[in-house]
Amino acid sequence: MTKSQSPWTKLRRNPAAVASAIILIVVALAAIFGPGFLPAGFGEVTRNSFLPPSDQHPFGTDLNGRDLLYRVLLGARISMIVGIAGALVSFVVGIIYGMVAGYGGGQADSIMMRFVDVLYAIPRLIFLLVLISALDPLLRRGMETHGLQALIGYSKIVILILCLGLTEWLTMARIVRGQVLSLKSQQFVLAARSIGQSHFNIIFQHLLPNLIGVALVYLTLTVPAVILDESFLSFLGVGVQAPLASWGLLLSDAAQVINPVKGYWWLLVFPAIAMSLTLLALNFLGDGLRDALDPRQRR
Amino acid sequence: MLRFIATRCLGLIVILFCVVTITFFLVRLMPGGPFDRERKLPEHIEKQLLAKYKLDGPLAEQYINYLGDLVHGDLRLSTKYRSRSVNEILADSLPVSGLLGGIAFCVATIGGVFLGSLAAAEQHTWIDRTAMLAALFAISLPSFVIGPLLVLVFAIYVPVLPVGGWGTLQSLILPSITLAAPYAAYIARLTRASMLEILTQDYIRTARAKGLSENAVIYKHALRVAILPVVSFLGPLAANLLTGSIVVESIFSIPGAGSFFVNSVLNRDGFLLAGVVIVYCTLLVLFNLIVDVLYGFLDRRITLYD
Repeated sequence: MTKSQSPWTKLRRNPAAVASAIILIVVALAAIFGPGFLPAGFGEVTRNSFLPPSDQHPFGTDLNGRDLLYRVLLGARISMIVGIAGALVSFVVGIIYGMVAGYGGGQADSIMMRFVDVLYAIPRLIFLLVLISALDPLLRRGMETHGLQALIGYSKIVILILCLGLTEWLTMARIVRGQVLSLKSQQFVLAARSIGQSHFNIIFQHLLPNLIGVALVYLTLTVPAVILDESFLSFLGVGVQAPLASWGLLLSDAAQVINPVKGYWWLLVFPAIAMSLTLLALNFLGDGLRDALDPRQRR
Repeated sequence: MLRFIATRCLGLIVILFCVVTITFFLVRLMPGGPFDRERKLPEHIEKQLLAKYKLDGPLAEQYINYLGDLVHGDLRLSTKYRSRSVNEILADSLPVSGLLGGIAFCVATIGGVFLGSLAAAEQHTWIDRTAMLAALFAISLPSFVIGPLLVLVFAIYVPVLPVGGWGTLQSLILPSITLAAPYAAYIARLTRASMLEILTQDYIRTARAKGLSENAVIYKHALRVAILPVVSFLGPLAANLLTGSIVVESIFSIPGAGSFFVNSVLNRDGFLLAGVVIVYCTLLVLFNLIVDVLYGFLDRRITLYD
């Protein structure tokens, strides 16, 4: 067998992963710059409800006469921000918790992991809803008293990012702890210890670089999971609220007005395509990364 | 074996205790109470309500009393669905969710394992690629898209199945597929990955060398070991499916228990919330126990008591 290729080369040889990366870049660019290119007033409520797709409105219009293309792009912005930021929160919490548990070992480790087990035993949806309904009024009140009224419309997004991140970290913590357990018995850690390095240094300079690859792979798989979770929350009416939009909100609006008599198919089809394309790309990219970085295959 | 089961059942009680405690205090710490309305209730009425639902007195005392009631199997009254007890509500709705979830569980497990083994056996062919692409689609699409799409196709454009409802056999088909799809996809991916690993092992080469048919090698010898990661996923899967899904149940208007998970939090209906959480946890722990026992039977190298 030839000498193992670098993960980067491996990833570039994976057509699905490359295509996914391109799709994601296109979606991100469209989300950032797209709304600026559309004529002004496309996001406003008008009387042109339920126009089918046409030259002027390529995706048609929604119940309130807003251009659906504009809404889908706006949804892309918010869904992506929530997905990425939420995944990052879970990433940080999971890594710190997992490293402390794994490195601490012994009694501390078993207590910390039992706590994770208990949290696993609570249905995630309930956990999320309780967190959201506890933190949401708190943040709102805090913003009001500190003169941030202008930003109150966005407080829900901050809450969603925090709460989704704080419920998604359990698996990350388990993965990181497992890695730390196997790493810390290796000789380089012993060597670092014997030349008198502090625990802090060992954790951040020796253990972290060794487990960051696995954690990053799981991070790319967490982003689509968080986007999916957000869409469920929006479907249930506790997520992003109009006039803001997320893909989940658009889809749940569509699911409510679709019925046998009036087939407003575009309301369901375009947001569904945008969302599933992005999620597919993220999942493909995550799978590709895992294949490229999987230590068992590198051997 | 018996000792193992006994320890785990003891563990169940500990976990239930922790979870009940967490839910009890979380609901109390949340802003807003169960009787908050647009207009504030007169004080004496609110007092009476609190007394009726045993929500008066110091928090610690309420908690102790509640634990006492739980030990006697009394889940108390729901504060939202007035004068109905949590026991009644769950007794009405859980069987519905359980039936639907049970069917979805079978569909997801059998379909997923079959698709996954097929894809692994036909690795790098179009069968493999199509199956895995379909699986990725099913994972990436939320169920409130899959559901309406299925309705659009099989109930509106080609009207062979009912749009929703409960009671007939036909009305079970679309909801159980919608519910099962993402899990079937996940299981298919798990099965494929683990099957590919197993197929490189020596005992598979031996089985092939002694002239067994390819089907016998894969479905009899390889699957028996390759299925282990799937089996360990079945515990949480069963607990999730059997307690119902609010999304699928609301799309197909099914009177199941799924909606109580969400509404009990939104209505600050603490006892109903605790009730569904207790049911969920019990199922989760019991199914995980069954899975562990099953593990021992499937793979004799694993011992449960060390």
